[in-house]
Amino acid sequence: MIKLIGLVPLFPLIGFLINGFFGKKIGKSVSGIIASVSILASFILSVLIFVELNGSEEKSHIVNLFSWINSGNLKIPFEFLVDPLSSLFLLIITGIGFLIHIYSIGYMSHDEGFARFFTYLNLFVFFMLLLVLGNNYLIMFVGWEGVGLCSYLLIGFWFKNNAYNNAARKAFVMNRIGDLGFLLGIILVFITFGSISYNEVFLKAGTASTGVITTIALLLFVGAMGKSAQIPLYTWLPDAMAGPTPVSALIHAATMVTAGIYMIVRSNVFYSISEVASETVAIVGVVTALFAATIGLFQNDIKKILAYSTVSQLGLMFLALGVGAYSSAVFHVTTHAFFKALLFLGAGSVIHAMGGEQDIRKMGGLSGKIKITFMTMLMGTIAISGLPPFSGFFSKDEILAHTYEHSPLLWMFGMIASMLTAFYMFRLLFLTFFGKFRGTHEQEHHLHESPSSMTFPLIVLAILSVVGGLLGLPEFWHMPNWMSNNLESIIVRKNPSTLNHETEWMLMGIAVLAAAVTIYVAYIIYRQKKTIPLKEGDKMPGLQTVIYNKYYVDEFYDAVIRKPLDVLSVAFHKFFDIQIIDGLVNGVGSTVKTVGSGIRLLQQGNIGFYIISMVIGIVFIILLTFLI
Amino acid sequence: MLTALLILFPLLAGLLVFFVKGNAARNLALGSSIIEFGIALGAFMLFKHNPNAALLNFDHAWVQSLGIHFSVGIDGMALLMILLTTFLVPLIILSSFKNEYSNSNNFYGLILLMQMALVGVFTANDGFLFYVFWELALIPIYFICLLWGGENRGQITFKFFVYTLLGSLFMLVGLIYLYNHTNVDGLKSWNVQDLYAAGRSLTEVQQSAVFWMIFIAFAIKMPIFPFHTWQPDTYVTAPTQGTMLLSGIMLKMGTFGVIKWLLPVVPLGLEKWGGTAIALSVVGIVYASIIAISQKDFKRLIAYSSIAHVGLISAGILSANQQGVQGAIMQMLAHGVNVVGLFFIADILLRHTGTREMDKLGGIRGMNGNFAVLFLIILLGSVALPLTNGFVGEFLLINGVYQYSAVMAAIAGLTVILGAVYMLRAYQKIMLGERNDSNVAFGSLAGTDKLVLGIICVAVVAFGVYPKPLNDIAEVAVRDILMNLK
Repeated sequence: MIKLIGLVPLFPLIGFLINGFFGKKIGKSVSGIIASVSILASFILSVLIFVELNGSEEKSHIVNLFSWINSGNLKIPFEFLVDPLSSLFLLIITGIGFLIHIYSIGYMSHDEGFARFFTYLNLFVFFMLLLVLGNNYLIMFVGWEGVGLCSYLLIGFWFKNNAYNNAARKAFVMNRIGDLGFLLGIILVFITFGSISYNEVFLKAGTASTGVITTIALLLFVGAMGKSAQIPLYTWLPDAMAGPTPVSALIHAATMVTAGIYMIVRSNVFYSISEVASETVAIVGVVTALFAATIGLFQNDIKKILAYSTVSQLGLMFLALGVGAYSSAVFHVTTHAFFKALLFLGAGSVIHAMGGEQDIRKMGGLSGKIKITFMTMLMGTIAISGLPPFSGFFSKDEILAHTYEHSPLLWMFGMIASMLTAFYMFRLLFLTFFGKFRGTHEQEHHLHESPSSMTFPLIVLAILSVVGGLLGLPEFWHMPNWMSNNLESIIVRKNPSTLNHETEWMLMGIAVLAAAVTIYVAYIIYRQKKTIPLKEGDKMPGLQTVIYNKYYVDEFYDAVIRKPLDVLSVAFHKFFDIQIIDGLVNGVGSTVKTVGSGIRLLQQGNIGFYIISMVIGIVFIILLTFLI
Repeated sequence: MLTALLILFPLLAGLLVFFVKGNAARNLALGSSIIEFGIALGAFMLFKHNPNAALLNFDHAWVQSLGIHFSVGIDGMALLMILLTTFLVPLIILSSFKNEYSNSNNFYGLILLMQMALVGVFTANDGFLFYVFWELALIPIYFICLLWGGENRGQITFKFFVYTLLGSLFMLVGLIYLYNHTNVDGLKSWNVQDLYAAGRSLTEVQQSAVFWMIFIAFAIKMPIFPFHTWQPDTYVTAPTQGTMLLSGIMLKMGTFGVIKWLLPVVPLGLEKWGGTAIALSVVGIVYASIIAISQKDFKRLIAYSSIAHVGLISAGILSANQQGVQGAIMQMLAHGVNVVGLFFIADILLRHTGTREMDKLGGIRGMNGNFAVLFLIILLGSVALPLTNGFVGEFLLINGVYQYSAVMAAIAGLTVILGAVYMLRAYQKIMLGERNDSNVAFGSLAGTDKLVLGIICVAVVAFGVYPKPLNDIAEVAVRDILMNLK
């Protein structure tokens, strides 16, 4: 089976081509089925491969497809690597990808760009699979930029709306800033080790100086910051919510944005050597986690809240990476993929029911009207808030325990971020599903549960969100931690945990208690006091205004980068290029012109003269060749 | 012989076209350019089979007393450049089918003569012959721009002509200087290998002087900052096919020239001044990219983006390592194809809407989805997305420059970001959003237009996914060139 790994990305590619060329002709239902079946086929194959890999002794299989770029000692084969890490990501991508394809059939059913949507979605899955399957950094980069392209296309899916187009462009450009770092990192890897294939590079990692390793690790991390929306390159992700909601679930929550985590886990050899790089990752991660969580507190757009929550959760994952808890990060990627995809799809179902409304101030009391959506979103909310025994509890607990071991201070910040998460998520839940309906009569009349193509994925994801924790039960419970055992072969193990069981129990207790208290506070504010967030334009306290406006970071970037660049562009063009450089050239030129005025007499003639003289000249030259 | 045929055939066909009237002229031109491409493919097959085949070389004494030979030959790099030229010329001719040119027989005849000169430049193994073809190439394009160009063409074309001619004169002086230092059994020679030997026998100071004299000619041709100011005006004013010839093929004369007629000639000069030249190239990348951001005319935007691209190519070449030079060759091929595609899109926009002003356009995606996709694919090639042709070269180039200097690579790499900035902004303004001016309509594409764009898009993707056939030739060619450097 493993030999057939090439088929896993090939199926979505075929789906992409069919839908791309014939999508409009074959009609919506066929188009949706082809797209979904192609992902299902990949999923089934991925499961088979996963099972086979689990059963085999050899944990790392390289499958060579063809030689791609050769240049001297730089050899870049188009090669796939099947190992525990990539095979796990295959399951997440194709599994959740399939569910979201099914969901999209319902969600996008009335959209005229239906076939185009599935074309992009298939292409996305193809590139995402390349990203995790590549056996060298450049194939990862191919997938990396490819998913960026699909993200661009899908954010700007409704291309008549220029605000959406701006969001799409912003996402692409910001990602490219990261990509430049990534690219330079790859080049430095090549220059240092003479190869960019993982197995060769990591074997030689010990031979390079720590300074070089640190540079490589930091350059790669710049790429991760872009793709996984970390400070300072995170502002594109909330804007990316302009895309259709299934896109937000698949690309901007479950898969693409976790590519940065994948990359660092893949390169964990470098990060375990370089403390500087690891610390940087941890600090950027925890700061992002906190920062984004605070913004999430005051947002009123249901998707924006989830977007900031995603940024924040990704921050937590980077914190885990920074403190060396690589398998915990992957664990959280997995559980987060379950519950965040669920929450986004649930939000999509809510928006669907509300006839396009995304503002939670105008919702309320939906629990009775859309029961499946409510129940499943409740599961997701509990999971992300970290209440046992839901999946998020286990993965977050593992991260926080490792962080505590590394630094109690970082642990505290991580803890606060988790509490904020529990708060804004329950705020969302209470405002959306409880209390009185605050929308229009028309909306109330139209409220309806989504079709089964949409609720089915919700139910599956809800189940996964509840039981997903089984993948990584705490070691001190004397339970097998499948996740960390599974990834053992590719991760540099740090020393076994030095925390004693009492401390671990205590940390766990604090986390649960903190979450419970926070949720209770949210309950008091939004259920008992029935607080509704202020309307647009209402006066807010100062700090809240700042946070509500996302700390004015977008405005800051505009003022410091975008506008100066525009001014510089005009200045370079109008002044420097035309006045100075060309002025100089013309100065020299006019001298030449005066001198050459005699020659100019020849240019008063007609076309015929020019051409004849040219022909004569050429014939003369040719004749000369043979005569002399 | 095959090489001589590649030069002779477009010459004869071109001369014939001058005497044909009406549509027959363009059909004849198209047919002969396709045959020429066929001959080039034949040369490719032959080369794959035996790179040293006698058929690929031709040498005949020309002016014996001065040691001038009509010596042409196809090596790996020449082969790739010929493939590019002969692939693009039919597309360029085909792209003109919806344009009405007066005296079109002259127009097409000149294109074929231009092709003859270009193939000559890429194959010449004799310094004097190289110079002759180099100047010969300027004449047809000069007339194409002058006679069929747009506003202000007289002044702009004159400047272009004088500027490049001036550069060439420096090169001529440099070549004669080298020639004077050749010594083959007491005789002087224009043979390329003899000129290499002569160059290397020079002192560092002499080599430095020769370096600059020859580099200036190439720098103007490409063009490299700050010798670029003729380019935007010329590109914008020239008729579309003229712009395609200039940007798609002719600027490669400059980059080709640096690889074949500069690097191996003056290694010491390169060591001393290469850094300066790289710095100019790299400055040009950022400078032109930033200017491109605020352009309003799409054609002018492409013109500036071309300066940025060629700056990176030049920097890669001057880094003089395997990845840099190989990346340059791959990028020359990719840039040639992509820039022709982009200029064609500018032309289609003008033809369909009457304007290239991006502020006046918008919403075309809604009117013609196929065009939007074709445009997007070429654009992605231009911003070097992986799996498009542009990526292979760009990755190798930045890699090559990095080996020379990490800082230079980081600055040059800004093209990755800035390219996306100006290209996506242009795409959004032209294609996306709502229709800006309800008078602007955009119907379906003509058959020939679809064909040209389709072929270009296939090339963009095919050579991005599987560059091996071309890349292998480039790899070996560069290895040989770099051997010469040591």
